[in-house]
Formats: sequence, C-alpha cells, structure tokens
Amino acid sequence: MLGRTANGLYWMFRYIERAENIARLVDAGLRVSLTRVGYSDEDWHGVLESAGVREAYSEVHDTLTAADAIDYLLRDSANLSSVMSCIEAGRNNARMVRTALTRETWEATNEAWIDLKARLSKKLKPADLPELIGVIKHRCGLIRGAFHGSMLRNDLYNFSRIGTFIERADNTSRILDVKYYVLLPSVSQVGSALDNMQWESILRSVSAHRSYGWVYDGDYQSANIADFLILQVQMPRSLAYCYEKIVSNLGYLAEDYGGRIKAHETADAIRKTLKQSTVAEIMDQGLHEFLEDFVSRNSQLSAEISDGYRFYQ
Amino acid sequence: MLTAEDLPRSPYQTYHEWYSSQDPAHLIQKTRDAENIFRRTGITFAVYGHADSSEKLIPFDIIPRIIAAREWRKLAQGIEQRVLALNAFLEDIYHKQEIIRAGRIPRELIEKNVAFLPEMIGFRPPGGVYTHIVGTDIVRTGEDQFYVLEDNARTPSGVSYMLENRETMMQMFPELFSLNKVQRVEDYPRLLRQSLASLAPAGCKGRPRVAVLTPGIYNSAYYEHSFLADQMGVELVEGSDLRVIDGKVKMRTTRGYEAIDVLYRRVDDDFLDPLTFRPDSALGIPGIMDVYRSGNITIANAPGTGISDDKAIYSYMPEIVEFYTGRKALLENVPTWRCSEPDSLKYVLDNIADLVIKEVHGSGGYGMLVGPTATKKERADFADKLRAKPGNYIAQPTLALSTVPIFVNKGIAPRHVDLRPYVLVSDKVKIIPGGLTRVALKQGSLVVNSSQGGGTKDTWVLED
Repeated sequence: MLGRTANGLYWMFRYIERAENIARLVDAGLRVSLTRVGYSDEDWHGVLESAGVREAYSEVHDTLTAADAIDYLLRDSANLSSVMSCIEAGRNNARMVRTALTRETWEATNEAWIDLKARLSKKLKPADLPELIGVIKHRCGLIRGAFHGSMLRNDLYNFSRIGTFIERADNTSRILDVKYYVLLPSVSQVGSALDNMQWESILRSVSAHRSYGWVYDGDYQSANIADFLILQVQMPRSLAYCYEKIVSNLGYLAEDYGGRIKAHETADAIRKTLKQSTVAEIMDQGLHEFLEDFVSRNSQLSAEISDGYRFYQ
Repeated sequence: MLTAEDLPRSPYQTYHEWYSSQDPAHLIQKTRDAENIFRRTGITFAVYGHADSSEKLIPFDIIPRIIAAREWRKLAQGIEQRVLALNAFLEDIYHKQEIIRAGRIPRELIEKNVAFLPEMIGFRPPGGVYTHIVGTDIVRTGEDQFYVLEDNARTPSGVSYMLENRETMMQMFPELFSLNKVQRVEDYPRLLRQSLASLAPAGCKGRPRVAVLTPGIYNSAYYEHSFLADQMGVELVEGSDLRVIDGKVKMRTTRGYEAIDVLYRRVDDDFLDPLTFRPDSALGIPGIMDVYRSGNITIANAPGTGISDDKAIYSYMPEIVEFYTGRKALLENVPTWRCSEPDSLKYVLDNIADLVIKEVHGSGGYGMLVGPTATKKERADFADKLRAKPGNYIAQPTLALSTVPIFVNKGIAPRHVDLRPYVLVSDKVKIIPGGLTRVALKQGSLVVNSSQGGGTKDTWVLED
C-alpha cells in the first residue's frame, strides 16, 4: 500500500471520529442549557475548549452566544474542526483513497457528505438541532458499520482503526481535562446539584450517562467518573479501551510487516500505565498533569506511526 | 426502436413489449432513482473551465440501446481489423517506415506531427503491443451502414460508465435481464488486468505488479481511474508516488519502495516524463522513459501511439488498413477534407455551413464548429481561424446519424447517438460486447460529448 493511502485512511477515520465527537459535545452543551437553573451562554466556553477551538473562536467572534458557538462548532468552514469541515476532509481523504475502501464504505461516506452538506448549508434553527445531531451520529455510525461489515482485515483496516482510536483517546482526554477541577476529590465528595449536572454533562459528551449506571450502580461520584473515562476497559470511549485497541491493531501490523517499530514500544508503555494505575494514584499525582501528559504521549505515538509506516501526503 | 412501419426493430421487440406495459409515472421515478444511484456512488466528472462545478453527473437515459448479435459480429470484425492495422502501423512508422517509402503517407505528416515521438524510434514495446486499450468511436447512418469517427488509441475514457450503466440497469430493472439475453460486459476489469499482466516486461518474475497512473483527484476522469484500479485490485498512483530507483519504477509504500511492472497510465505523453517531454510536468515520473527503453516497465498505452489516432492521420485510415491487412477496410471512414490541402480548404470554406470542422489535435468536442447549427458570426469567425492555420483543421460532412429512443417526461423521443466499444489488445484482440453509447440530449443536436451536455445509456448486445 502507498504511504499516501495509509495516511489518507488514517486521517479519514480521524476526521469521521472527530465529527461524531463534536456532535456529541454540542449535544451535551445543549442538554446543559435546557436543564440547568442559572445557565448562561458562558457555559459554551467549556464546550469550545473541549473541542479545542476556544481561541480560534474568539478570533472571529467578539462575544460568546450559544447560537454563534453552535454554528461555529457544527457548520463554520473557517473552523477546521467543525462537523462540516471534518465530514468534508474525511470525504476528501476517502475520495483520494477510494481504491482502498469497499464500495459500501465509500458510499456511506459520500452519502454522509451529501446529506450533511445539504443540512448544514443553511443557518441552523434551535428547534432542528436535536434531529440534526441525531443525523450526524447516525451518518457516522453508518460509515463505521459499512467499514466493519465489508473491509478486508489487512493493514489498511489496521491503519484506519488506529486513526479512530488515537482521535477518540485525544478527545476523551480533552473533555476530561477541561472539566478536571469538578472531578477533584478536594472540591466535593458528595455531589451537589451543580456537580451532578457537570458530571452528567461529561458522561453525556461521551455517550456514557446510561452505561455509567450499569457499571457503578447508582450515584455519580467524581472518582468513579474519572475511573470510567480513563481506566475502565469496558467503556468504548475510555483511554484504556482505546489503548487496548491501538495495541492490538499495532500488533497485527507487526505480524503482517514482520517486525516492530518504535510506536509499538510507546503504545505498550501507555497501555501499561493505564492498566496499572488506580484512580487514587492518578488523583494524587494530579489529574490535570496526568491528562496533559497523556495528550502529549498520544500525539507522539501518532507521529511515530506516521514515521514508522512512511506516511506522506 | 421502430421501423418505418412503426413496428419495433427486431432486437427491440422484447423490450418494446415490456415498455408498453409500464406505467410512465413509474419510469419517471426510475429516472430519478438512477440519478440518486450515480450521485451516491460518486460517478462524477469535472468540466474544465467551470469554477463552480467540480463534480457533475452525466445524465443517464433508462432506455437501453440494443444491438443484435448479427449486427455486432459485423462491427466486431471491422474493429478488430482496424485495431490490428493500427498496431502494425505504429510498429512500422517507429521502425522501417515502409508505408512512407511506399508513398502511401507523406513523410512530413508523420515526422512533423507532435504526436510522433522520436524517442520511440527503433524501440519495441513488450509483446510488440502499442495500443493495449482502444475505444473506437462509431456512428450508424443506416440499417447496415457504420462509420468510424475516431480511433482513440491514446487513453480512451468512459469505460467506467459502460460498467456502471449496466450495474444501474440491473439494479433498477432486473426483470429485463431475464426477458432478454444480454451479453456480459462485467468481465472488463478482470480482462484488462489479465491483458496488462500478460504484457509485463520479459524480466519480470512472479506475479506482475500493475498500477494505474492518474493525474489526481482534480482530473475530470478521476472517478474512472479510481474505479478501474479498484475493480482490477491494483494500486492507483500519482506521479509523486513514484520514483526511478536502480533502473526500476518504484512506488512509496508503507513497507518501503516497491517496483511496478506494468503501468496503465491515464496521463498524456507530454506529461509522462519531465526529463524527456514537458519539463514543467508535475504529473509524471522523471526518468521513466529510460526505464521503459531499457525494458524494465510496460507502459500502456505505449508512448507515441497518439500518432495513429491523430485527426490528420485519420483520413488515411482506409489506406493504412489495406496496406497492413491486405484487405479493404470493413468499416468505413467518414469522408474527410484535409484543410492543409489548398483545394480542400477552398471546398471547406465554400461549404462551411454544411460541414463539421475539427481541430486536428483537439478532443472532447472543444474547438469544433458544427456548420449547420452555428450562427453566421460563428461561421465567419471560424473561417478566419481556418485561413490563418489551415493545417490545424479537418472537415467532415454532417452525417445523417441514426437515432435511438430516449425516455423523456412525455414518453419516447429520438436522439442522435454514437457508440464507443472497448478493445483490449494482448497476444489477441478482445472486444467487449457492448460499449458506451453517448446521446446528444438536445433535440436535433449531433454533439454527444459529456463536456457539451451529452448523456449516456446502457448498450446491450444480445445473444443469438
């Protein structure tokens, strides 16, 4: 496979994953605005921050309003991480690596682009947002489903999967980092109404507000939430789960290519940290420091994969 | 579809019965369905010079064009003869040049032609094949009267439409394929790969590695390039993915550089190698011509084949066919005036309102004048161009092209069509039974090019 094709697949799946994650963040933001007493537009700061676009937003907008923030996150082409930009970039990469994709995967991607382009081309009405967010998640799910159901399990499958999980791990760690202070045990052990709302919002932005209950039966507790999103391997958006997957996909590549590269050591080391740590240790060490360190190791791994497998544009 | 007595022509009989039993509203819906299928699949092309139209759909007509087995056999024989003659002609003009010495073609017409590549003189491509893929453009003017319009021996495009049109028809009207025995076109990608692999360089060991070379995603035919690579199961590469290393053309893979044995290139000669041809080409591979000449890669079609489908050469095709096959051409040429000859130029200028005038090196329907439908001013402007550079043009009569039925909102209407069957050449010549039928969608129009608003339809060759 061409290094350009591997690169294109890797980024195609990072962008599709990002589009879905941004839609989830907006969903969580909307939820807060509907349920919280004393909500203000200022709350969208956190959402922009989690999406990694807070500074970029302030460069084009003097004030923060819910409508502007939602518009910026979902459809502004000046925002390279808006859902529309991600779908566009994902589809462009797909078009470039068209021969590496099955017809089903390509068509799901192309249809997502056609549909979302039409929906996101006009100004958004608040009443349409829930449906729109549903459609974005649905479209991304169709791409993933077509991909799973039809692609050969060879190196291009592994590059695509690794792209998905590097992006997802990055996303989850950023969501946590923006809200890390509400998870600190020193702030509160027993949740106030405000805490509960904040915690639920975190869980909702990774679609985990229901599954949490199945694992930790009952009340929200900050330590459990951190445990769920960082260390719980059953939770498909947790850092631990992402690294189980990354390590196994890298393992298939090592078998296929007859050797390991530097990225294998890095991924193993990150997985080991996630496997052996407890939430208490992470809190002691500093949650913010832990997450910052994770984000930087995660992007280092991305660069090593790109080098080791000769990616280029 | 109908004869003069308003009865369906025999190959259309079964279809016509089926059609008569259909609800028109249902067929209108099917036309919309077809468009959705094409859009979803991303079967698009780009029109150059339109800023806002990076991806367009070619209109698709749901009524198939149907050709009887008997008619097809006749056509196929003529095409095979012509394709063999083209290869023999290329072999000859790049070696002994017997046709020139025999006085059948003027020397300067070959040697001063930009499509003639001196780099190819004395070089024999692997297997002796120059034109691996040919798309012969044919028009019909009567029950048994066919003319060849163009030979397309460089990089004929459109085969993906032949395949997708069939795919779409089978999806929309499966019942039609049990009512009619239609010959398969689906084998084309597999046959193409076999054909290309069989012409790998002599030194190639093991399974030959084939790749399709595209100018990139902004090229008008990018969809087709990716489609063919995908259907053949081979890499789709761009010039920047390739490099000449140790006398081989290699591509940058995730495992390092790996050699390519056969390159199906969809890039013009000019852009193939900046060291040999256009130095400003960013699409090509520096040094590939050296690798080619030392016999380490097969390029399909061979560089320099353009000389055989040049419009100035076209008018000599009857002589060429006879010279190399020893028989009269089975398929006729459209009578052609070479404006480089003073008598012809005078005739063309005098009769400009009745003729189609084409640029010798043009393609895609750009830069041509259709006399009968042009305005006075357009004709006068074109006449000036003709006088300034007569050698640049040829002229042909407007033929009374046959029409086939297309489906419009009011039912059936006749439109002019041409036909491009696809031919694969290796140690044998294979002609895929079918091809691309292009339709001039505007009533009365004779221009079928997709860049000029033409459409396409599925083409059926029936079994006996």
